[in-house]
Amino acid sequence: MADAKPSVVVIDHGSGNLRSAERALARVGADVRVTADLDTAYDADGVVLPGVGAFAACMAGVRDVRADALVRQRIELGRPVLGICVGMQVLYDVGEEHGERTDGIGVLPGEVVRLDAPILPHMGWNTVEPPAGSVLFAGVGGQRFYFVHSYGVRPGATEGETLTVHGAPFVAAVESGALSATQFHPEKSGDAGLTLLENWLKAL
Amino acid sequence: MSIAVRVIPCLDVDAGRVVKGVNFRELRDAGDPVELAATYDREGADELVFLDITASSGDRETTYDVVRRTAEQVFIPLTVGGGVRSVDDVDRLLRAGADKVGVNTAGIARPELLGEISQRFGSQVLVLSVDARRVTGATVTSSGYEVTTHGGREGTGMDAVEWAARGEQLGVGEILLNSMDADGTTAGFDIEMIEAVRDVVSVPVIASGGAGRVEDFGPAVAAGADAVLAASVFHFGTLRIGEVKDALLSEGYEVR
Repeated sequence: MADAKPSVVVIDHGSGNLRSAERALARVGADVRVTADLDTAYDADGVVLPGVGAFAACMAGVRDVRADALVRQRIELGRPVLGICVGMQVLYDVGEEHGERTDGIGVLPGEVVRLDAPILPHMGWNTVEPPAGSVLFAGVGGQRFYFVHSYGVRPGATEGETLTVHGAPFVAAVESGALSATQFHPEKSGDAGLTLLENWLKAL
Repeated sequence: MSIAVRVIPCLDVDAGRVVKGVNFRELRDAGDPVELAATYDREGADELVFLDITASSGDRETTYDVVRRTAEQVFIPLTVGGGVRSVDDVDRLLRAGADKVGVNTAGIARPELLGEISQRFGSQVLVLSVDARRVTGATVTSSGYEVTTHGGREGTGMDAVEWAARGEQLGVGEILLNSMDADGTTAGFDIEMIEAVRDVVSVPVIASGGAGRVEDFGPAVAAGADAVLAASVFHFGTLRIGEVKDALLSEGYEVR
């Protein structure tokens, strides 16, 4: 990587608090832009797909700004994408909420289903079990990260899964080639989250 | 390993300034919510709650500014409650950098508001703040607890436990359960009230009101609280976040 800051586009598809992601990425050295105008996002060093709320609503927002096409093309070309929370979930084939199935972007195989736990949402700081050689969790594999979600992916959908248990195990993060994703919010996970974002930036 | 018990300091903010006594010697400006938030973050707070008690709507701009500046510096979840009356209020707070909003009086006046917020932004942003007390005098509720407004000064006659359950049905993602009887007493949480609400909801419950000693927190978690909140004991420096976590850990609870 040259001396110039890596350029990162945070996709604004109308979902929740984007300010924290913007500030956290800037803090660890990214040249960040938050935008719904995705023409320039094809050339950015990294793209972040955030998301909170319902899968179907998030996916509708993603389609409105054509972020689905952007993500597919970047992954085909091996250009990094980081999905966060529901922005991770919509990378999978399908999301099921209240018996309703919604197609995701489909760059990861598998389904997003309701977690099996007595208390939902899964809200708070939980531990992670990253795979050997994880880039994202270098130096922070023993830390806790901040989760807030009621849906997730069961383990075994892809390689490179980091697991967490709430009631039952689910996928807390994925590292698969150019594609990275976290079910938790690194931008809300204190110093551990900032380190994870820095790890992602360094690998761009 | 499982999810950690969250320890949450609450700051009362009036026109951009922290009110109630703050006694941190190391602070340059003890009335600056941004500086206090950063201090609590360094001390290991798992989340922060700002309770906006600004009376004049003209001064509410300062609240958004405080939220904005806090979100720029502090990378842990921030809940803002107080005076949230509409979907637009929620939108503005989220855009300023809040992660969750607490709704109290406006939800009592118009329960549909809870559904409107959760449908637009997801239930994870919506905390139902319930100020409850044991009923006295002529008031009767089936749980023995009623919802109050105006900082506990006015009873509503609504059953507090039923209201929490209804909140979950309407889409709230969390219950902030504040005992108005215990609040300010430093005599411990209202354990029976926490148990009563835990029995009827499956969303997380934050216990609030009454914390005075480190030993007070474990029983609240044993009663079913997923998180514990306190204000004055932290502001006055009577207890530090780390001491509370050490006590919880020694009682076998997981903390961050």
